[in-house]
Amino acid sequence: MAITAERRDDFPILRRRVHDAPLVYLDSAASAQKPERVLAAVDDFYRQHYANVHRGAHTLSAEATDAYEAARTRVARFINAPDARSVVFVRNATEGINLVAHAWGRRAIGPGDEIVLTVAEHHANLVPWHLLAAERGAVIRGVPLGSDQRVDLDALKGAMSPRTKLVATFHVSNVLGVLNPIAEIAGIAHEAGALLLVDGAQAVPHLPVDVQALGADMYAFSGHKVGAPSGIGALWVREDLLATWPPFLGGGEMIRTVAIDRSTYADIPMRFEAGTPAIAEAVGLHAALDYLDEVGMQAIWDHDRALARYAIERLRRVDGVTLYGPEGDDRGGIVTFNLDGVHPHDVASALDVRGVAIRAGHHCAQPLMGALGVRSTARASFWIHTTTDEIDLLADALGEVRTFFAGVA
Amino acid sequence: MGFLEQVYRDAVLEHARSPRNRGTLDPYTVRQEGINPSCGDELVLYLRLQDGLVDDARFEGHGCAISQASASMMTQAIKGRTVDEAEALIGHFKAMIHGKGVDPSLGDLQVLEGISKLHARVKCATLSWVALDAALGAAAAGTAEAPQVDVDAVDAVDAVDAIDAASG
Repeated sequence: MAITAERRDDFPILRRRVHDAPLVYLDSAASAQKPERVLAAVDDFYRQHYANVHRGAHTLSAEATDAYEAARTRVARFINAPDARSVVFVRNATEGINLVAHAWGRRAIGPGDEIVLTVAEHHANLVPWHLLAAERGAVIRGVPLGSDQRVDLDALKGAMSPRTKLVATFHVSNVLGVLNPIAEIAGIAHEAGALLLVDGAQAVPHLPVDVQALGADMYAFSGHKVGAPSGIGALWVREDLLATWPPFLGGGEMIRTVAIDRSTYADIPMRFEAGTPAIAEAVGLHAALDYLDEVGMQAIWDHDRALARYAIERLRRVDGVTLYGPEGDDRGGIVTFNLDGVHPHDVASALDVRGVAIRAGHHCAQPLMGALGVRSTARASFWIHTTTDEIDLLADALGEVRTFFAGVA
Repeated sequence: MGFLEQVYRDAVLEHARSPRNRGTLDPYTVRQEGINPSCGDELVLYLRLQDGLVDDARFEGHGCAISQASASMMTQAIKGRTVDEAEALIGHFKAMIHGKGVDPSLGDLQVLEGISKLHARVKCATLSWVALDAALGAAAAGTAEAPQVDVDAVDAVDAVDAIDAASG
């Protein structure tokens, strides 16, 4: 079912004005706005059910534990994980990737072992591996983009060796908007005996995700990008792997027994959740995933791709616009561009004063900026509530912005 | 005057189009790099100090119209001033850009005041000033090659100071 403009009513923040203009929020790739249903669920949880989880001996604690664990089951169902036990709650995709680097990487990676990454990764999927490689004496192998601005799969195959222990890559690029062919990449990784970690931060909000069909071994995403509160995310790991990993952080909730000088650890997934978790945030994540299923993930993906096609067509007709990223059915709702002669931050400010929110900068993807031959770009990103009228407004404004800044930079 | 025109005054755009004092100095008393990690913009400031005066100041690097105009106007403003005057100017500029009022000694720099209304861009304007502050500190300590300074970290502290001053 197609997404209609009535969906805008689901997002209370869209009623506000910025600089005396209606808010046009084109920055969902940075963080998504929250549907009413999520706000209500979090509010109700705090008003009616809040207590600490897993340890209490009273009614509220039991209700809070049930709600928290129901959220875990909901996440598993949403990404078609075989079992909720293999879903670990984390703060965000970044923490999920760091968890893998520590719990798996510090034991599995040794001197001379190789980690394969693409040039289009977000810093969240680069820096944890830099830290691990420096500590363990491992080698990072970078895979470039092909001339079509998609990951060069031949180069990926060429980067694999008997020492490759891990391929870590994005599902949807936060800059190019392109869908990575994960099932194919999984085949390449597994053929070489390596594991595959997928950074799903830009995919889970936008298309149906089935971690089993993808053939991923590990999959991380952030709640705040799917309309949930910030501070909650999930890491799914193949259960046979996760069950063998040592803890990441130590503390309460993750133990079985503790003596003064030693401790034993809880089963998965609790082993990886030290301390009081983000309880209400998990409840919010549950509500957000319910909302997304109601809208329909296939409908969202179709909507995003149609908006991307529309935006590319409209922006291409604006003088001085350079567009980045491939075109095609694998292009999601992220449109990255530059305006000739105007710094992206000045573009963003000129749009901001018209109520239009976009992102400008390196998008935490400095190696990709280098590969594209730019220092920074502007980026408009779309979601359920985005309309073609808003894209028209963006395109019309860009023409005026270019005139305003003529001759600068 | 529209909001955008209040931020990007004609003089600001003119400096961005034709920055003054762009380039390097040789010899120099101190060379100072400044970086804005949130956007990747970089600036290198060169100062030649003589007898307590800023004899010459140049900058190179890349960035948005605001950062370029601010650096251009800053180098113009400090050339020929005493080091003490330059330091006082840093304080006045930071106060203005954080919305704490405009000291008359800022002179032409007052055209940058509008940026204080665009919170997301304050660091673009302060990058060169944070670099100047660090450069003068390095020069006082006899260091010619100053370690890189991060405007993100410095400006966060300045912003909290500004809030404290406003509320206290």
